[in-house]
Formats: sequence, structure tokens, C-alpha cells
Amino acid sequence: MSILVWTWILTGSSFALYIYIAYATRAKSTGDFYAAEQSVPAYMNGMATGADWMSAASFISMAGLISFMGRDGSFYLMGWTGGYVLLAMLFGPYLRKYGKFTIPQFMADRYYSQSIRLLSLCCAIFISFTYVAGQMRGVGVVFSRFMGLSIDLGVVVGMALVFFYATLGGMKGITYTQVAQYVVLIVAYLIPAIFISMQLTGTPIPQLGLGSTITEQGAAILNDPSTKGKYLLDVLNGIHKDIGFAEYTGGARPRIDVWFITMSLMIGTAGLPHILIRFFTVPKMRDARSSAGYALICIALLYTTAPAIAVFARTNFIKSINNVEYTKAPSWFKNWEKTKLVGWKDKNGDGIMQIRKGKWDDPKSANEVKIDQDIMVLANPEIAKLPNWVVGLIGAGGLAAALSTAAGLLLVISAAISHDLMKGMLKPDMGEKEELWWARGAAGVAVCIAGLFGIYPPGFVAQVVAFAFGLAAASFFPCILMGVFNKKANKEGALAGMAVGIVFVAAYIIYFKFVNPAINNKDGWWFGISPEGIGTVGAVLNFATMWIVGKFTPEPPQEIQDLVGSLRYPGKLVAPPSAGH
Amino acid sequence: MSIHATKELQAYWKENLVIIIVHLAIWFFVSFFCGIMVVDQLDAYMIGGMPLGFWFANQGSMIIFVILIWTYVYMMNQLDIKYDVHEG
Repeated sequence: MSILVWTWILTGSSFALYIYIAYATRAKSTGDFYAAEQSVPAYMNGMATGADWMSAASFISMAGLISFMGRDGSFYLMGWTGGYVLLAMLFGPYLRKYGKFTIPQFMADRYYSQSIRLLSLCCAIFISFTYVAGQMRGVGVVFSRFMGLSIDLGVVVGMALVFFYATLGGMKGITYTQVAQYVVLIVAYLIPAIFISMQLTGTPIPQLGLGSTITEQGAAILNDPSTKGKYLLDVLNGIHKDIGFAEYTGGARPRIDVWFITMSLMIGTAGLPHILIRFFTVPKMRDARSSAGYALICIALLYTTAPAIAVFARTNFIKSINNVEYTKAPSWFKNWEKTKLVGWKDKNGDGIMQIRKGKWDDPKSANEVKIDQDIMVLANPEIAKLPNWVVGLIGAGGLAAALSTAAGLLLVISAAISHDLMKGMLKPDMGEKEELWWARGAAGVAVCIAGLFGIYPPGFVAQVVAFAFGLAAASFFPCILMGVFNKKANKEGALAGMAVGIVFVAAYIIYFKFVNPAINNKDGWWFGISPEGIGTVGAVLNFATMWIVGKFTPEPPQEIQDLVGSLRYPGKLVAPPSAGH
Repeated sequence: MSIHATKELQAYWKENLVIIIVHLAIWFFVSFFCGIMVVDQLDAYMIGGMPLGFWFANQGSMIIFVILIWTYVYMMNQLDIKYDVHEG
């Protein structure tokens, strides 16, 4: 069967499964809709968190990005996993003990202020929309590349599916769908990696393959018998040297910048509302701790495979294209040329493809080959000559990654509107039924807006993804941390701290991305910290402001200090005064 | 569940804080220190076919993060039992 048929079969059956699960787990109460009635087993919550977390970009683009960045790509790897250590120890268990549905509500209760609620819900909505725009686009892109639909039609199909299960099932439906989506995406990601690792290095574990030597079969695939018995990374470093690139295992980016970006991504992860609310869905405090552990296992499976794929694919790609006559180019190269992810321009007219430094469309550079980062994952199975069903899996996996993240984000938006804006501020006396209708309506409207972002992607989306992490790092992270670990943290301090953090990060990013992009480089940045890493500084400013303002303003009321105390221990005896729902 | 004296709960919280600090010190050490600050110096040593600094940055720190969460889970579950606040 052809790749197209396999893709349709695998995608179609995965969609049918998602719809079935969504119908079987539809929400009946607001507790269901916002927090899955706090009945999700820890390991399932871990898998759902993994799917929630790993987006279209993690699945499709990350390995490719790393393959271009070499060791510098480590800030994505460490930054997007290290946050879970913080979540397990600093946030998860205490938020679960608090137990009520949304982050803006936690902020409002802990800092006894409706202004904080409003500020938090605006942040949550902004962060989630920034993030979701890329997901819907990702859905469209996968549909168009693997199934020949137009991107717009792909976005509409994705919208319809998310609309169905997010409005019907709320958190409950989303959680169990995400469990299925995690299985689909991890299988789709691992199978090609395992095959390629076997072919090149003889070990089925890609993480070990990364540090292994090349086998005879691997040397044959690379068309270079001399590579047999050498370490894969040494071979790749040698290839890089031959074509004038820096060593793969060496870093080019200033270390201070790598440090700040890593920290910003870690604390940003721990401050993202769609991840934080996952901890409300488990039955007990200790489940919150272990579900962070399960989540990180699920995530690390993909994240430790990514650097291996990056090295396998890069070695394979350069070896099979560089200095090869175009007429003898492998068939996958010509197939993917149609999608414009790869391309060739014969600048020196010798009919041979040369990969060199520089941009392929820059006449001054000797480089003739265009390589889009996404090709490293998308075309990997074809490059390694794997069977068609493996190639078909990639499409289903990419869709699972994009849809699961989109659904989690849409739920945050929907809950911020129905629970915090409507029930919490504008219509406090409305009943549960009415709130549920608001929640479903808000989810529906949010899906449509997200779809529009997918069909008409605003040019600034790629520019502002750094915003989502920077803002989460500079606003939610310090306030939630102090909210749990410092009983004396008060509303004045939190308001001032959030305001300072948000304004600082926004100003820095807007200045370098929009006002003066010409100096958006390491010489222009303050202390060499890029806009991607500025969230770390924003968080420090937030902490400092909170502490100083807190010194000169009244302490929180006794019942708030008691509430904070009660968050720290499992058990009902010291439950918060307003516990239950 | 027995009624807890405030003192006992404070001792529980203090032990929790110590466990957190030790874990976060290791978290910082493997990622920010080994994976970024001294990565070039560590690259002089090899682990299999990988320079050690590169290994910390691209693989090792993530594996250690997973281990850290699970030792935290284990130690906290023990602590819950010690102070008799474990959930049924």
C-alpha cells in the first residue's frame, strides 16, 4: 500500500478513537469540565500531561532544530524538561491540595484580590492564544504534507475535531483523549528512531546509539566503508569539518545566553497555566507528585530520542546528498522538493549538489542545498528506507501532538472566561448549569479564533512564542512560588511584582523584535541575554519587587496565612475554610 | 488520622524544605553547572562516544531530572508516613 493510503488509514482510525473516547467521557458537571472530577489516576495524568506539553513544534521541528544547532540545542532539551522537577517539588502537590480548577482563581484566593484575578486571567488567555495559534497551523501543515489537502482545509478538519471533544468533554474528555494521543505520538516518534538506530549502530535504543560506533551495515548506508567502527559523533564532527561547519558537539552561542534561556524555559514551563491545571485532576497530593514523575518519563522518552534523531538524520542527510550528482539524487529528495522543504540551486553549474556554509539562495555562498529543519523528522523514515506504514505513522503522530496541545490550551481559555470572568467577577450568582454553558460556549468561540489564527497566521506568531514563556516565567512563576512558600507574601507585593515582571519582559521583547530588530543580536542585547532568555530577569525583578513592596505594606489577613499553612500538608484536618465545590 | 500538634506539622514542613533544597541543588548542578557553565572543560572526558559535557547537555541532565522526581516522590511518601499525614 502507498504512503498516502497508510496515512489515511492510521490518521482516520486515530481520529475515530479520539471521538469515541470523547463521547464516552463527556462532562456532566463543572467539576468534570474543569478538573475531570479529580479522579484521573496519576500515570494517566502523566501521559496526558506529556501530550499536553509536547506540541506540533516538539514533534515536527525540535529534532531538526537541534540538528542545526548541535550542542547549543541543549537549551530546548534541558529547558523543556527541567521545569517538571520544579513542578513536582514546588507547585504540583500544593495546587492539588488547594484543589480548585483554575490558576486565576488560585491567585485571587491566595492574594485576596479581584484585580489579581483579572490580571492573571488576561495573562492566561494571552499565553494560551499565543501558543495555540502555532498548533492549529501545525495541524494544517501535517494534513497538507501527508494527505494532499490544502492547509486551510486541514485546519478546519482539526478545528472540528477539537471543537467536538473540548466542548463536549471539557477536562475529562481532553484528558482521556490526550492519553490516547500520547500513545500515538510516542509510537510514531520512536519507531523510526529505533529502526535507524539499528541500521546505523546496531542498537535498538536510540539514546545509546547516539554514543555508539557505526556498524558495517551503517557504513554501507552512509556509502562510506571507512566510517565502520568509528563513533557516530566523531564521524559527524569529521563531516562538519570537511564542509567548513563548526564541530557538532561544540557550542557557538555565548554560555551566558544559553544559561538564561534554559532558566527562562524551565521556570516558564512551571508557570504555564495549561500544565499547572493538570495537577488539579488527580485524587491526592501524593498523586500530584508522582504524576509529575510519570509526565517527565513520558516527555523524556521523546526528548532524549530527539538528539539521537538529530544526529542520525544529519549524518544520513549530508552523506546521501553532499557531492552527489543531482540526477543520482535519492528519490525521497525529489519527492520532498515538491513541498519546498528541500531544494537545490546549481550555482556553479557542475550538476553536483554541494552542502556548504551559508544560505542556499544567497549568491555569495557556495551552499546549493536548502534544508528545512522539519525535514529531519518528516522525511527521516524515507531517508532510512523504512516501510510505508512507518512513514504513515508520522502524520498521525504529528496530528496527535498538535491536537492534544491545542485542546489543553483551549480549556485554559474557556475556564478563564466562564469560571473567572463570568462566575468569579461578572455573574457570581449563576448556577452550575449556566456556568457549564458558558464554559462550552467559550471553548467553542476559542476554537474558532484559534482556527482563524491557523488559516491566517499573523506574521508575528513566531516572534512572540518567546513571549509565552517569558511572560509565564515573569508573572505566574514568582507569584505562585511565593504564594505557597511565604505566608507573608501579600496582595500589594504580588500586584506590583506581576506588573513589573510583565512590563519589563514585554518591553524588552517588543523593543528587540519590533522596534529595533536591527540590533537583535548578541552585541545589542543587555549583558548578552537574548529576548528568549529575558524571562529569567523578569522573574528576578518580580521576586524583588514583591519582597520590597511586601515589607512596606500590611501583612495578609490571618485566614489567608492559615490557608497557605493548610496547603503544605496532606490531610483534611487543616483543610482551607472554603474547601470543596 | 490523629490530631496533629502545630509543632509536628512545622517539623514536617521543615523536612520537606530540606529535601527540596537538596534535590534542587542536584538539579542545578547537572544542568546549569555541568551542562552549561563547565561544559567545555568536561568535554575533555568521554562517555562512550560522547564528550562528557555534551552528554550532560543533550542527554544526562534529562535522565537525572527523571531520577530526581522519583526520589523526591519516594522520600515524601516516607515522610507522610513518618508524620502520619499520609492519604488513605
